[in-house]
This record gives sequence, structure tokens and C-alpha cells, in this order.
Amino acid sequence: MASVTMQVNGKSVSKDVEGRTLLVDFLRNDLRLTGTHVGCDTSQCGACVVHVNGQSVKACAMFAIEADGAEVATIEGQANADGSLNVIQQAFQDHHGLQCGFCTPGMVMTAAALLKENPKPSEAEVRSYLEGNICRCTGYHNIVKAIMAASGQDVAAIAAE
Amino acid sequence: MPKDHGIGASDKRREDVRFLTGAGHYTDDIKTYGATVAVFCRSTVAHGIIKSIDTSEAEGMPGVLAIFTGADFADVGGNPAGWLINSRNGEPMKEPKRPVLAHGKVRHVGDAYAAVIAETELQARNAAEAIVAEIEELPAIVDMAAALAGDTFVHDEIGTNQCFDWGWIEDNRAATDAAIKAAPHVTTLELVNNRLVPNAMEPRCSIGNYDAGNDSYVLQTTSQNPHLTRLLISAFVMGIPENKLTVIAPDVGGGFGSKIYHYGEEALVLAAARKIGRPVKWTADRTEAFLTDAHGRDHVTKIELACEKDGTFIAFRTETMANVGAYLSNFSTATPTFLHGTLMAGNYTVPNVYVNVKAVFTNTAPVDAYRGAGRPEATYSIERVIDKAARELGIDPIAIRRKNFVKPDQYPFTSAAGLEYDSGNYDALMDRLEKHIDREGFAARRKESEAKGMLRGLGLNAYIEACGIAPSNLVGVLGSRVGLYDAATVRVNATGNLSVMVGAHSHGQGHETVFPQIVGEMLGIDPASVEIVHGDTSKIPFGMGTYGSRSLAVCGSAMVRATEKIIAKAKKIAAHMLEASADDVDFKDGQFTIKGTDKSVSFGEVALKAYIPHNFPLEDIEPGLEETAFYDPANFTYPSGAYACEVEVDPDTGKVRVDRFIAVDDFGNIMNPMIVTGQVHGGLGQGIGQALLEGARYDDDGQLLSASYMDYTMPRADDLPFYTVDHANGTPCTHNPLGVKGCGEAGAIGSPPTIVNAVVDALQSAGKNFTHIDMPLTPLRVWESMQTA
Ligand code: FES
Ligand code: FES
Repeated sequence: MASVTMQVNGKSVSKDVEGRTLLVDFLRNDLRLTGTHVGCDTSQCGACVVHVNGQSVKACAMFAIEADGAEVATIEGQANADGSLNVIQQAFQDHHGLQCGFCTPGMVMTAAALLKENPKPSEAEVRSYLEGNICRCTGYHNIVKAIMAASGQDVAAIAAE
Repeated sequence: MPKDHGIGASDKRREDVRFLTGAGHYTDDIKTYGATVAVFCRSTVAHGIIKSIDTSEAEGMPGVLAIFTGADFADVGGNPAGWLINSRNGEPMKEPKRPVLAHGKVRHVGDAYAAVIAETELQARNAAEAIVAEIEELPAIVDMAAALAGDTFVHDEIGTNQCFDWGWIEDNRAATDAAIKAAPHVTTLELVNNRLVPNAMEPRCSIGNYDAGNDSYVLQTTSQNPHLTRLLISAFVMGIPENKLTVIAPDVGGGFGSKIYHYGEEALVLAAARKIGRPVKWTADRTEAFLTDAHGRDHVTKIELACEKDGTFIAFRTETMANVGAYLSNFSTATPTFLHGTLMAGNYTVPNVYVNVKAVFTNTAPVDAYRGAGRPEATYSIERVIDKAARELGIDPIAIRRKNFVKPDQYPFTSAAGLEYDSGNYDALMDRLEKHIDREGFAARRKESEAKGMLRGLGLNAYIEACGIAPSNLVGVLGSRVGLYDAATVRVNATGNLSVMVGAHSHGQGHETVFPQIVGEMLGIDPASVEIVHGDTSKIPFGMGTYGSRSLAVCGSAMVRATEKIIAKAKKIAAHMLEASADDVDFKDGQFTIKGTDKSVSFGEVALKAYIPHNFPLEDIEPGLEETAFYDPANFTYPSGAYACEVEVDPDTGKVRVDRFIAVDDFGNIMNPMIVTGQVHGGLGQGIGQALLEGARYDDDGQLLSASYMDYTMPRADDLPFYTVDHANGTPCTHNPLGVKGCGEAGAIGSPPTIVNAVVDALQSAGKNFTHIDMPLTPLRVWESMQTA
């Protein structure tokens, strides 16, 4: 067992964990932050994406102890201070960018990272950035549209339906 | 003008808020106090005799609470097939037992033969590794033709690998044969409908709970239909009385068919919970999902289309081998037969249809209904062979389809495959498609592509499907062992808000938003005051769940009927309050008014009165305001559509890029256009995935080569385009109260042939002389066919 301390969604947490505990399991099982999902065992689906020190990472590909001392952001901490949806979350709802919702936390976290790097991404840039996030429900159309809308672009013309 | 609320409005989804903030509750999110973990030992060989299973070392390992093997379930029942199919010779299908855990033999890689329950997952995994199974390997049966010809059997007790040999319609066989023989032109095509893995992003998960005080069980599980799961466990597998078993499916992270079925893991966690007196949880990892979720498609088909020289269709005849895998999953026998054969007339007035399907056991994972289920296979065969025939006859692909379409004045139309289509207008769909595709501009676009060294192709398609599954009377005749009605209870609470308990179960379809739109409009109240309750057998009436584009057409109809009963009773209460006769009371916009007066009471006042029945005429009106309706449809619904796409093929690499995709659908009336559009998008993503990327592959030893996202190509965002979707001009279904047809599967049905037709068109434009490539059209396959053509 090793002790880890990290800031999760702005709150400091300390726990003893086994060295082999993945960050995603630490979040889900130890902190009960079950919004971060597990969709695969090969680090390819992106359902588990969180931010560690501002970078988007797959929480299934990192040990909890590697995040010792880090600032971790998960989907549970994304809404505005008053509890309303943030711009990206709101765009996903407005443009029907989710169906079953299972990939959604990872999509939102990935989208946030993209828009930080590239505030006005083109369609191709959005699609390519989502390479590591699989959605089985939406056919991606409305996810891409939502992310472009969240960046302030007028999506009515590029994706009418 | 689109409405801004109520029926037909694109209300935003209320369930989104919890999904977008991480507040959803999927099964694996449930952390129960004292919960233990189940891990399964799964066969690494495709076929073998279990000689012995030594659990002695594992039993003593830290944290181990119980170990189960097939012997522990030898005396309980098997997981049954839901449809009895009879072969052409009248014999019933072969129905080998599907046990909770493999016993005697393992029959596919991933077949579970033991399970360990331990305090932690790690302890359970360590103990599972310490279990020593001696399995004598037998030759694996993988190829369907070899399975039918060989003398090694997946199930020795039935002495054949053929489950059934089905003819549809057997009485039409001779006439179809004769028509084909006499026809001036016959086009033949052999094709493979590639095996797919549904891949809901949420892996399956089940938690068994046992309450010794009441001798009762609760199963929390990833299910599209909790009541069906309860029925199967109670009546067939474990004999737990239905009233002692509650099945709860909380938020479900996609299903696409794979979570319709009852799986052995669900029975195991219940048995284990009882044995150890604590909750037992199992969560599949993605590899287990690939190995054990029911797969989809996997047909090998020869289709013939006989026609006149002018393109008038005379007959379709198909011979299909359908893989059912190692065991019969619950819908596996219906999928290649009644969800496939009955659609083999397509949108056409063709007078002769004959379908032969041989279902084959192999040492592979069970195969069952996956998005579209049988109808994609039918559409693919029909629409590919039509495209080939059009080329052979030199007829335009749209013209040949139009020539044979059922015409609007022919409804109700009984197809040569035996279904009665109630409504549709295929020419109108094609008209709209032609508007969208700018066919005149195609030649110029092709030139532009060619200037870049690319080949461009245009693919077209028309489809029909049978949805709103299903009329119990009809499916009963066809061999279904269950009814396929649905149910809803509308409970008006005293304070005027509503709880609506429904048998359908959303796993992404947005029921929590759409159902209240309908009830809200009917009652003239704010939809926000209507709450949908679903997924819990202890709360909802007995319904059959969500699949086959049935939620709205069947369960939604039950909800409408129950709401009508609410209105009828509320009118009586209002009449009592207004001291009038119920016949004299009108109900509009949430107000009950005595006709021709301004005397009225609101819905809210009536609701309160129903629960405070002072002065009620109790002989006429019971207290309370709650009604239940069961709805059994009179017929299937028949969504239809016309699809087109343009692809660019890189002749140097064989890579296919979908440049544009247009889907025009007739879903009847539309309740929420935003959600319907999203359903089409999702179906298109999966259908294009089938056409270009996806394929479950077993090697000759029965090893699944594509058992992870490294090997099974899921469509990703940059594989797909923005789609154009048009469902604005539907023809209402004639036999359900909302006039809806269902939209969940269309995209996955209509898109694969559209893509393949487009790629063939592109390659033909380069003078390549070939007519077909089997899906998935990977760069390698396309490039290789270009070299040999
Ligand atoms: S669970 Fe982390 S990428 Fe799939
Ligand atoms: S919304 Fe279901 S996987 Fe993306």
C-alpha cells in the first residue's frame, strides 16, 4: 500500500492504495466518482478520459500513485459553479451529442482538452482529435457538431441535420 | 413549422443532464455494501471435452468464498430459445440445452466452465487462475459448410450441426423455381453478411442480491428488457418464483440487441448470492464482451433475381446459411427466419419469393439479433442483387427500383413473402432522395475526384423493414413462445404530477423525454411534471422491453391507451365536481369544461379530488387516478427509406472515403425530430462500420482473432462524414394510435448495401470488371479486388 494525495475537482483527497491500482479504479471505487467509465481493457475507447494537471489522459492507462500530488479533473467537476451545464456540456445537450451517455464523460473531457489547445477547430480537426474516443450510439455527427458549436462556430450550415 | 413543445417538438433530453455531469447510474456504478466479486474461468479452446476441473488449490486461497462449476447447475434448467422454428420437413428445430456453466464440453472460446466468488477482484482472478481444467481438445467447427458436411458435432446429442432447414414460403417453392427457370434474365450473387460484434460501450454487468429473510432475489443487470430476463430466469433456468425475483436495469450504456438476452452470468450471480449470503457482482471486461456477447449477422447467401428484360422483377430466391454459434441465444432462431425471410420481397411487387435458411451450430459465440436483426441481411441481399441486375440489363439503378416499387394506391399490400404492408410511398421517398443527391452534378464531381487520382462512385438503395415488434397473434403462428405486447401504467399523483411506468427500457433512445411529451400534450399539462419509471420489474407493468424499434410503436401505444383511460375517468370525476353528466364535459388544454358554459375545473383539481374523494359516488367512481393498458399491435409497422451515398476510392491504397451520405426515411409520424435524427445517425454509423471496417474473425481453430479494439475496427469519428437525414414526409402507420413506425434500426439496415453499391460503381468507373466485394471493404480487400479484376 502506498499513500496518495491529489486534488480532485479542487478538493484534496488522501488514500492508501495498492501500487497496481489504476487511476480510473481509484476514482470509481475509492472516491465513488463513477462518472468516469471503463469501456475497454486496451486503452482505446476513451470512456475514462480525465484531466491530470490540465492534460487529458486515459485514466485506465495510469496508476493512481502516478497522480500523486497532481490536480485531477473529472466529469463531476465540469459544471458551472451554480450547477448549470458548462458550455461544452450545454452544447452536447443542445445538439443531441449523446444517447446512452456511456462515452459522454470521456467525450466532454476530450472536447475540453481540444478546445483549450485549439479554440476554433475545423470539422477535420475535431474528428481527428476524437481518434481515441469511441461512441457506438451517435455516429459522431452530433458530437462533432456539439464540439464545434461549443467553440462558438455556427454549425447550422455545416451540418443541417 | 416545427412545434416548440409537445408531440413533434425537438425537446432537449432531460436525461442528458445526469449523463453530462457524471451522475448517471449504470450497473457497474452500483457499489453495494458487502459486495463480492465473481470472475469466470473461460475456455481457451473452441471445442473440447471437460475431463476434470480441479478447484482444490483455489478453494484455499485468500478471500475465496465460493467456487462453482457446471456440475453445480446440472440439475437446473437451460437458457431457452424464444422461437420454435420448424424445418421444411416439419421437424422441429434442434434445441440443445444451454447451461449456466459449460458441463461435459466447452463449445466456444470464452465458454465459461467455472466461476470464483471472492472478496476482491484480484483475489477472484488469482483463484480463477489456480483452477486446473483438463480439457481434451476436439476439432473446432468454424466454417458453416464444413459444419454441415462433417461428422464432428458441436452438440453430440443431436447428431447434426444443422439446427433447422427452413423454407419460406415452402408452398411457393415450386412456383418460384419454375418462374426462375422460365425467366428471360436471371442475376445471381453470392455474398457474405459479415459477422459483427455489437459493442455497446458499456460492458455487461450483473449484481446478484439475496434476502434470506424473505427468500427473495434482486438482480441488477445491463438489460434492454428486465421482465423478459426475469421470466427466463424464473420459468426456465432457475425456477425462482417470479414474485421472488426483481430484475432492475438502471441506466444502460447501449445495447443494440446484445442486452436483450439472458446470459448465464446473471443466473450465476443470483445462485452465488444465495449461497454466500452477500451481493455478488460481475463486470465484463472488453475481451469477455467480445468473446461472449451475442454476435450479429454472419450469413452466407446465394441470391437469384429473375426479371424481364425491361427490369420487371419476376422472382427472388435465396439460399442462406446462418450461423447460430455454439448455443441458441434467445432470439437467434427468429433472426434469420421471420425477421429476414419475411422481408425478402423488399419494397417490390415481385410475385414470387422463396427463401431457404439453414441455421448452423459452430464452435463460435452465439449469434443473435443485432441492430436491424435479419432485416439488414435481407436488404443487403436484395439491394445488392438489384444493383447487379440493373448493370447487366443496362437499366438505371433508380429506374429499376421505381419500376418495381409497390405503389401508393396498393396499400394494404400483401408481399410475396407474406407480410401485409399497411402504408408507405416509396416513389415519394425516391423523389426526395433525388432532390438531395444532385445527380446531375455527379459527373462533374467524379471528374474532380479523377483529377485527384481518385475514383468516385454513387450508391443507391431502398429498404423496408418490419418494426414495432410485434403482433402476438402473428408471431405466435410463426413460432414465438412469448407475446410481444407492451404495457404502461399512468399514475396521476394527488398533487397533479404523474409517474408513468413503462415496459420499454431506454438504453439511449430518450424515453424519459419523449414519453412525457406525448402524455403532456394529451393531458394539456407541462411534460416536466411527468416522470418515466422504467427498468425495474417491481415498479413497472409486465412489458417486453426495447428492441426491434418497438418502444414508441408498442409501449408508446400502451401509454396512449392508459392516458385515454385516465382522461375518461377524470372526466367522470370532473362531471361529479361540476354536477354535470360526463357526456357534457369537454377536456381541452388541461381544463374540464361543461359544454357551452364557462364552468370548468383543471386537471390538477381533478387529480386532487381523486385522492380526497369526499362525497364521491363510490358506486360510480373509485377513488384514485391510475390506469394501466396493455397494447398488442395489430400488425408490424413498416418503416421504409431511400438512401444514397458517394464514395471516393483511392486506387493506390484501396481506401474508401464516404464523401456524403443521404438518408430519406418514412418513419410515419415523428414525436421528437431531434431524437429520430440521432437514431438514424447512430444506425448509419454502425451500418457504414459494417460495410467498411468491422468484422469478427475466427481462425480455423476457433480462436477469435478480433477480440479487442486493437483488432476489431470500430468506426471512429474520422471514418464518418456528416450525414443528410430527411424524415419529414412520412406516411402514418395506419394501425397504432400515434401513427408511428419506429426509427431505431433503419440506418443500420439501409446503409451497408448503399456503400457497397457505391464502391462497386467507383471501381467499375475505372473499367474494373467485377461486380461484388464482400464486406468489410477494407483497403486490402478493395485493393486486392482491383488487382484481380
Ligand atoms: S477504459 Fe480507458 S480507454 Fe477504454
Ligand atoms: S452515447 Fe452511447 S456510446 Fe456514445
